[in-house]
This record gives sequence, structure tokens and C-alpha cells, in this order.
Amino acid sequence: MRFTAEVKVMLKDGISDPQGQTIERALPALGYTGVGEVRVGKRIELKLDAEDADDARAKVEDLCDRLLANTVIESFEVEIS
Amino acid sequence: MTSLATPRVGVVLFPGSNCEQDCVRSFRALGAETEMIWHGEKSLPDVDLVVLPGGFAHGDYLRTGALARFSPIMTAVEEHAAGGGLVLGICNGFQILCEAGLLPGALRKNVGLKFICAWAELRVENADTAFTRRAQPGQVLKVPINHFEGNWYVDDETRERMVANGQIVLRYTANPNGSLEDAAGITNDGGNVLGMMPHPERACEALLGSEDGAVILGSVLDTLGLSSATSGVR
Repeated sequence: MRFTAEVKVMLKDGISDPQGQTIERALPALGYTGVGEVRVGKRIELKLDAEDADDARAKVEDLCDRLLANTVIESFEVEIS
Repeated sequence: MTSLATPRVGVVLFPGSNCEQDCVRSFRALGAETEMIWHGEKSLPDVDLVVLPGGFAHGDYLRTGALARFSPIMTAVEEHAAGGGLVLGICNGFQILCEAGLLPGALRKNVGLKFICAWAELRVENADTAFTRRAQPGQVLKVPINHFEGNWYVDDETRERMVANGQIVLRYTANPNGSLEDAAGITNDGGNVLGMMPHPERACEALLGSEDGAVILGSVLDTLGLSSATSGVR
């Protein structure tokens, strides 16, 4: 079967995120207040062949571990549909 | 043996590398033989030191070094390192070595989100390595930096072990990028793999503003000369 996977890659909690911080600092200049804890990550979409949804998830998680995320500093979430 | 063999340096060329000629020029000027190695090769030629040069291998797509670590040559580089062979990763090469797991940690975007192109001062914290034996302990070297992702990170446990082992070999005297431990250059457990963000190959001629990079590159050649003298293999 053909599955669609959405992968969300974020810097781990506790790892400073200079991009998020920079965006956060820009917001008051645009008149936004009360907005904070900005974190920037990546969303990766892909399609793959797999036996079933569990198989698809296992394959994509393996892909994330090996390539799509650097697990020293990043975490990932996988959604299969 | 009647004479010592000339150290042989292999410089890996990835699509997107841009410091490989600087490495070749500087190592040759210091007396080494050099060979360029295309990243698509599956085995290394007969070399004593493998250099992963700076640049933007594979466009740095996804993450710096993330795709380069899967270049065919990298399996041979990993085997070379596993056998105790010397590996030097400079700038993008350092990032590739971290992605490949040959060095601990990862390189994040610089604090301040600026691409930094500037001179940096590096203090030699450990002069008893294959890459720093020409330096005096505490000697300060003037070497340029040229990067956007030089902000080294590693978990606390590994960090403490590396500090205790003297693996934080080079520290910035003024941290330009947020790097943990002010680290500019680190080695692996075995001390045979060094990654550094600054570019020693660009600081080997007075005309370029500094010859201090030759302390690093020359140290490696000294190490290779010593090992060939003691082993008599080459």
C-alpha cells in the first residue's frame, strides 16, 4: 500500500533555538505582545510503499533516525496516513 | 630504512567542497604529498591522513554534513579512523564528522544567527595530540573562521568526559558562535580524529595574515613522520 508520511523535526527541549529567539524578538516591533516561546523546526512530507500503517511508521522512523533528524540535537514526530 | 617516506595526505572532494585546493597547497608547502579523492570512490588510496575540507558538501541540504556522511567514500574513511588512521575535518568537514558519528556532538547555527567571517584566536588546550604537538601548551593561534553553523553542542555527560580526557583541544579566546566549552576543535576518544571550525589551511603563509595554521598541519606531518620512523612500514 501507498502511505503518506508527515515528519516534524524540532530542536530538542533545552537546546537553544536562535531562529526562534530572533523571531520572538521581532514580534514586539510589529505590535504583538504576549507571544513567546517561539520554536522553529522542519516539516518533511514523503510517500512510501509499506505493508500496513505500522510498517510504514517503522520505516519512516528508521529514516528519521538515520537521516532526517540529528538526534543529538533534534527530536521528531511521525504521522502516517 | 635510509630515509623517511613523505607523509601522504588525501583530501576528499565532495560536490560543494570549496577549500580543497587550499588544503592541498598548504600541505604540499609543508612537505607532504597530496592526493585528491572524489567522494564517489569506495576505497581510499594509500594515504596516512584523510582531510575533509570546508565548503558546502551536497549543498548542506537538510543539515550541514547530513548528506555528505552517506557519500560512498565515507565508509572507507570510517574504516581508516577505526584502524587508528588520522582524520582531520575542517569547518564543513567537522560538521560531516559529527554527522557521521566519528566525533561527538553536533554543530548548531551560530548564536546571533550571523555567518561569521573573521580572524579568531585559538588557545591550544592540549598540546599532546597528533594534531598539536608542534604547539606549546596554552599557545594562542591566529586562524580565520568562516561559518554559519559552528555552535558545537554535546550532552553534559559526554562533555564532562571529553574535558577530563583533554578532547577539547582548541578553545576560542573570545567565543564567536556560542560553542559549548568555547570549543573550536575537538578530538574523538582515540585522539586520531580532529574536527575544527577554524581554517588552518588558510593561515600557512605570512602573506595571508598568519602562519599559525602551519602549527596544526605541521603537527600532523610530524606525527606521521614519527609513526613511519618507529613502525618502519613506510
